[in-house]
Amino acid sequence: MDFSFSPEQDQLRAQARSFLDKRWDRASWPELARLGWTGASIPEAQGGAGLSFIEEAIVFEELGRALYAGPYFSTVALALPALTCAPDLLAKVASGAFTATLASGTAVEARRTGDRWLLRGETGLVPDAGTVDAFVVHARGPDGIGLYLAEPHGAKAQIRVLDTVDASRPLGRVTFADNDARLLAGPPAAAKIIASTRRRALAALAHEAVGVASHALELGVEHAKTREQFGRPIGAYQAVSHKLADTYVETELARSLAYWAAWCIAEDDGQAELAAVAAKAYAAESAVAACERAIQVHGGMGFTWDHPLHRYYKRALWIEAFDRSSAAHRAEIAQAVLDG
Amino acid sequence: MDLRDGPEEAAFRATLRTWLEANVPAGLRGFGGWSGPAALALGRDWSKRLAEAGYAGLTWPKEYGGEGRPWRYQAVYLEELARAEAPPHLGVIGLGMAGPTIIAHGRPDQKARYLAKILSAEEIWCQGFSEPGSGSDLASVRTRVDLVGDQFVVNGQKVWSSYAHIADRCILLGRSAAAGEKHEGLTYLVVDMKSPGVEVRPLRQITGEAEFNEIFFTDVAVPKENLLGEVGGGWRVAMTTLSHERGTFGFALAGALDVAVHKLVTLARERAVTDALVRDRVAREWIDLQALRYTNYRALARLERTGAPGPEGSVAKLRWSEANQRLTKLAIEIIGQEAQVADGDGAPAYWRYQQLRSRGNTIEAGTSEVLRNIIAERVLGLPRSR
Repeated sequence: MDFSFSPEQDQLRAQARSFLDKRWDRASWPELARLGWTGASIPEAQGGAGLSFIEEAIVFEELGRALYAGPYFSTVALALPALTCAPDLLAKVASGAFTATLASGTAVEARRTGDRWLLRGETGLVPDAGTVDAFVVHARGPDGIGLYLAEPHGAKAQIRVLDTVDASRPLGRVTFADNDARLLAGPPAAAKIIASTRRRALAALAHEAVGVASHALELGVEHAKTREQFGRPIGAYQAVSHKLADTYVETELARSLAYWAAWCIAEDDGQAELAAVAAKAYAAESAVAACERAIQVHGGMGFTWDHPLHRYYKRALWIEAFDRSSAAHRAEIAQAVLDG
Repeated sequence: MDLRDGPEEAAFRATLRTWLEANVPAGLRGFGGWSGPAALALGRDWSKRLAEAGYAGLTWPKEYGGEGRPWRYQAVYLEELARAEAPPHLGVIGLGMAGPTIIAHGRPDQKARYLAKILSAEEIWCQGFSEPGSGSDLASVRTRVDLVGDQFVVNGQKVWSSYAHIADRCILLGRSAAAGEKHEGLTYLVVDMKSPGVEVRPLRQITGEAEFNEIFFTDVAVPKENLLGEVGGGWRVAMTTLSHERGTFGFALAGALDVAVHKLVTLARERAVTDALVRDRVAREWIDLQALRYTNYRALARLERTGAPGPEGSVAKLRWSEANQRLTKLAIEIIGQEAQVADGDGAPAYWRYQQLRSRGNTIEAGTSEVLRNIIAERVLGLPRSR
């Protein structure tokens, strides 16, 4: 048993932190790709780095800490598993020339005419809908749910980007009206990819949540050290310091769960599903609590638009709402543990 | 990163598991504490067997009779002990606290005199740190340690001392200078518990049994050679003891929690719990257990890299104690009023005992409040609260 990171993994973390300190905007995407992050888990033959989900997890944690605004989660966590069915696109993902997201939901239908597939219907809420190059779409075909690739240009697809609480990762809806699409995987292969995508997405968000919580904790601690009231730094009062200690403890536990999940996914371990669900449920709730405590510690300033904390808080809420609430994820765990 | 056992760890675990199945005495299976003389008699023999099989002092250096193994073997040992619900070596204070302190600060003659008998359980140790007036504020101890002629004379009262009623020796922290000096006035001694003037009184606790004691010292003569470190240098020695208290302790806690969660799940399944709120609480405890387990693995990686326990030890103790209180409470809620009248050795009696016992978890070995202070000050770098 060895829960330590390799020197290369430590290096990746350090590189990510120093890069994202300066460049957390969307425009940095080509540089992210040059650093090898978009192709971290893509095989070397397709232009990637041939690394595992653990390396991606390290990047996700740092992206969360920096509140990165580009479509990394959408492309690497949500779309990439299905894109393995389109090897021609993998090199483009690795080089940064191609971004994508996942459009799930139950209302899109796929129909075959000749050798073409056409999509019709409205998707559920789609992350980064307005900025990506393509959509991986869950659509009901003649034999069940399949995975299709649709590109928004060429009209017919109507994209509505919605006013989203976390403005750095807006959600949208896409309405297809007989758009051309490429079949990536039909049933039953699609079901397997959908399940593995969900595991990766939940684990990725658990890592992002850990990054968000870590940064909220840093802000809270910094403020508690410098802000003085009644002649002492407020961090000397246990009503303040114990809140921050609780955030530290929960963030460390969330980090342990998140890397457990990452390892299970990287190793295709039998517990991967349960680990990802547990990690996301715990890390999301902890990140929300971490931000709420940090806002409280900051007093009125933490409640203002100008202070960065609200943006972290909103990302934490976005993460908490993804897929299912933490309570619903715990119901899944209860079912596995009590009824299995 | 590899969260599986390596080949050598796997072999060690398999051998230990088989050994435990064959060797844990019937009277000590489902171990719940050293109460009663029968368990204690078995405990001495059990500890001796552990030592003979090479499972005592796994991480102690070979020159002191240990196995000189990396920390991960101690982790596997603690996990397997918990899994088998087997009792620990009776000399946990000696093995985990007094021994490592003597190895770090003792003279060669002290090492020769004490260490082998700690391993073999020939001598059981207890800890004389806390006092009625000094709990969390350990540096305020008032027990006097005065050098009179060529020996120390000890006067004072210690409290919450587990094993004192059966102990042969005690690690004692006392004061040898004027009361004005706090940390600088402390002196650390090894006291023979059979010395004239030592009186042990068991303390009956919330569960009805007596696991710990008060110790009264009245003009107890202690030879000068029993000094550990320097006169006035006791605080530094005591810090060594306390850092070892939380070294790989987390694994014992996670192991115990694993057993408790397993029993909770069994109880909930037997009673076919359908209440969504109860199921949510069971799921929370299951998740917390995994979190604690993997946090321990991270702590272990750090311990093996740096040789010193990190702050994760405080995290593990804090979270385990709170988790154990929640889940034992949940179990008696699931059982209902039956748990209020339970006796014998069925599940209701087990949970009734565990729930009451768990109230001590957030107090013993560092209160939750002190642990949060440690995290706030030493990990987060926040200003001292006092």
